[in-house]
Amino acid sequence: MRAMVYRGPYKVRVEEKDVPPIEHPNDAIVKVSLAAICGSDLHLYHGLMPDTRVGMTFGHEFVGTVHEVGSSVRNLKPGDRVMVPFNIYCGSCFFCARGLYSNCHNVNPNATAVGGIYGYSHTSGGYDGGQAEYVRVPFADVGPAPIPDWMAEEDAVLLTDALATGYFGAQLGDIVEGDVVVVFGAGPVGLYAAKSAWLMGAGRVIVIDHLEYRLAKAREFAHAETYNFVEYDDIVVHLKKITGHLGADVAIDAVGAEADGNLLQHVTAAKLKLQGGSPIALNWAIDGVRKGGTISVMGAYGPIFSAVKFGDAMNKGLTLRMNQAPVKRQWPRLFEHVRNGYLKPSDIVTHRVPLEHIAEAYHMFSAKLDGCIKPLIVPSAG
Amino acid sequence: MTEPTTDLPTYTARKPPNAETSEQLRARIPGWGADLDPADRPAVPRERFDPGTSGAHWEFPERQPEKWPRERSIEHAILTPVFGTSCPPKGLSGAIRKFSYRRYSEGRAAHWLLLVAADRVDAWESHLRSFASPRPDNPITQTGVLAEFTRHGIASRRGRRRADVVHQGLDPLIVAGPWLVAAGAVVVGTRALLRRARG
Ligand SMILES: NC(=O)c1ccc[n+]([C@@H]2O[C@H](COP(=O)([O-])OP(=O)(O)OC[C@H]3O[C@@H](n4cnc5c(N)ncnc54)[C@H](O)[C@@H]3O)[C@@H](O)[C@H]2O)c1
Ligand SMILES: [Zn+2]
Ligand SMILES: [Zn+2]
Repeated sequence: MRAMVYRGPYKVRVEEKDVPPIEHPNDAIVKVSLAAICGSDLHLYHGLMPDTRVGMTFGHEFVGTVHEVGSSVRNLKPGDRVMVPFNIYCGSCFFCARGLYSNCHNVNPNATAVGGIYGYSHTSGGYDGGQAEYVRVPFADVGPAPIPDWMAEEDAVLLTDALATGYFGAQLGDIVEGDVVVVFGAGPVGLYAAKSAWLMGAGRVIVIDHLEYRLAKAREFAHAETYNFVEYDDIVVHLKKITGHLGADVAIDAVGAEADGNLLQHVTAAKLKLQGGSPIALNWAIDGVRKGGTISVMGAYGPIFSAVKFGDAMNKGLTLRMNQAPVKRQWPRLFEHVRNGYLKPSDIVTHRVPLEHIAEAYHMFSAKLDGCIKPLIVPSAG
Repeated sequence: MTEPTTDLPTYTARKPPNAETSEQLRARIPGWGADLDPADRPAVPRERFDPGTSGAHWEFPERQPEKWPRERSIEHAILTPVFGTSCPPKGLSGAIRKFSYRRYSEGRAAHWLLLVAADRVDAWESHLRSFASPRPDNPITQTGVLAEFTRHGIASRRGRRRADVVHQGLDPLIVAGPWLVAAGAVVVGTRALLRRARG
């Protein structure tokens, strides 16, 4: 089969690999019909995530058709069209039993702090991902779900991570009616978080980024008020000014490890890998939110320390909430929102790229060329 | 004497009002307030004890066969019943990785810094190995840099005060830098040898 393969920082190629075999009785092998590149993949692509091995296939957002199932699989059969949450989880451990699907204890020998994620380095369990023609899906009775007949495939693939994560991020903000919500980052996660904040009853939604074309999408898709941080000497002061010097009630970090806006932070983290991540957006969130406010961190950071302004968070009495999104828990409610038109996930898709051209797609998405917001990957085989 | 007063609600008990009321927002934004009630929010409360609804039909999963000694965090009591089998450790990078897992917990910076170092070694080993293979690494195709031409590299940046343009120039250096350093070392070394040979 054809599969995307990591060759070292900033380098990927498509290779011929064996179709993955069943390795556990509850495995399924899924033939991928549509995949996507996520902002999280950029952390791997840039060599930021520890234990990212040359030869790994990335990709944790994908949908497809069941090709083969292991002997204990009951809920799926070959031919079923399925959407697969980015989390790999057993459904039965201490954490899964409590709904913390993204924190499963039975799927990642490499790290107790991290759950299992498809194609997301050995730190997330060492699984190959779905930017390929076929992928191994562990715990086939737990994670995957049939794609509803009424749902478009493009919407389904966005529900496997980005939409579920943005929606989850808004929930962690514990928004109450009339809250002022500021979202850092107008990528897919930030756009969906901003849109979801309205569903929870926000009274005002502000989105901050430095890419004009993404801010334009935030205004149109997420009905948000937007600010480009490069136009302000100090975005925190600006946030204070526009909120009556109070600060926002809720801040959502939808940027993560490679945040821009402070060259020293960015270079020490994203280029020199001396920090787990550049916490610029997180620090802006800490300083830009009001005392007693809530911060929801969806942005991903590496396991190494980061220079976070913890003292300010403490002095301000903030609540910091965060996690990898437990995707499937969001689905029943999100399916309703998609079905009745409150959320239209595929509105943010900008590019559809054949798997064979995935190296260019990574470069485009990483360097933010051509108005790229969300690139989908189409495996070539018919 | 004037009454003490301020226009800024923040310094009083009032909350600064929003430009739009809930009714106006409901009219303008499809779905506004659909999840106002926390009971409708699927992630609330964070923990909900509900075993048996996940689809799992086991108390503890069957164990996947371990085909090679699988490295694992020493914070785990056992090898997890299911694990990924991509890219078994090999070469010098594999030795560093195995040492890091065996020796240091996730709580130790050394664990992660060794793994990051192993990643750099892995890239080097793999590039060198590729030169002895039918498909050597090709920095032009693998970096996707040709997208600069097909995806409007210049127009995407020109005249836009993007914060990332400042450091994007470092990217080629990260990709090519180690090769340039190595090439430089070879040149300097060869010259030194030649000089010594000439006496
Ligand atoms: N928690 C989860 O489950 C989960 C799931 C998916 C993605 N993520 C993480 O969410 C983050 C966003 O993902 P994405 O797919 O939207 O990525 P993305 O790269 O498309 O978006 C990030 C955006 O942040 C902007 N940005 C950079 N620095 C900024 C700053 N200081 N302030 C404001 N904006 C800034 C960038 O210009 C970009 O538009 C990533 O870190 C990703 O790893 C987490
Ligand atoms: Zn993701
Ligand atoms: Zn579990």
